[in-house]
Amino acid sequence: MTRPVVILVIAALLGLAGFVALAAIKMQQPQDDFIRSAMIGQSLPAFALPVTGEGTGEQLNAAEFRDGKPRLLNVWASWCVPCIAEAPQLAELQRQGADIVGVAINDTQGNIAQFLADYGNPYSVVASDELSQLQLKIGSSGVPETFVIDGEGVIRYQHLGDIMERDVPVLMAELRKAGWQ
Amino acid sequence: MTRISGLSVLLSLLLLPCAVTPAAAAVPPPPFAYRQIEDPAREAAAQELMETLRCLTCQSQSIADSDAPMAGSMRHEVRTRIAAGEDPEAIRNWLIRRYGDYVSYSPPVGAATWPLYAGPLVLLLLAGMLLRHRLGKRS
Repeated sequence: MTRPVVILVIAALLGLAGFVALAAIKMQQPQDDFIRSAMIGQSLPAFALPVTGEGTGEQLNAAEFRDGKPRLLNVWASWCVPCIAEAPQLAELQRQGADIVGVAINDTQGNIAQFLADYGNPYSVVASDELSQLQLKIGSSGVPETFVIDGEGVIRYQHLGDIMERDVPVLMAELRKAGWQ
Repeated sequence: MTRISGLSVLLSLLLLPCAVTPAAAAVPPPPFAYRQIEDPAREAAAQELMETLRCLTCQSQSIADSDAPMAGSMRHEVRTRIAAGEDPEAIRNWLIRRYGDYVSYSPPVGAATWPLYAGPLVLLLLAGMLLRHRLGKRS
């Protein structure tokens, strides 16, 4: 074999070894199934959703997030089991002063009211997103998810999955980073 | 006694998911999750697009193949937009701006995806060079 061919073969073998090594490393790591939103750093897109429970008849829209006050936007559903698990953590966030806006995905008024009666209502307002319209607009890929929205209505942070105890200080820190005092 | 209590624990574990599902079943899916657009040409365009969009909660399926609630919501979004006359590629780009390239089964050429497209070309080139070398030696 001539020199160029030897180099080619060695390059090919190195490539193969690299691929196997990469695959081996990837297989060791726990799989991250979450799809992050590509909307972090961007303004909340325009939306209007009916408020449910207290304030029924009113609408929740993006403008309400631009009043200078950073908020948490919690995307949940009464049919979502992990949402039950994060209820105490949402209550703790509210106790620490966070303003939490709840958006119930693909849900009914009755089920929403029942869930809040059973597991507590940490929300300043709850809106109903029956067709997942806001969910798709902000790049949320499931329930529950919690977004930090700053006082200008810009999406600053996304927490995927249910909020565990260790996530409470993280979310409070992200709220402070977004200007909350 | 222990056997009975063990059995009842097992039974209650088996029945546990049933306690959760009725609430989910009580919520109807979005109208266009399972209903086709009346115009067959537009439905065909929607179907073609939905088969190339990845279900976000069940990543090995397209939204056309999945029964997950999220996939139903995405089908509703795609069908309503196509029915309103929107271009399928514009809808794909709208979703990519929200979820990244991951949501599409036909990823655009970009910083992270170019090896997908360049790889086969490089391999073809290498094979060609090897073949030419071999044949050249024989003659």
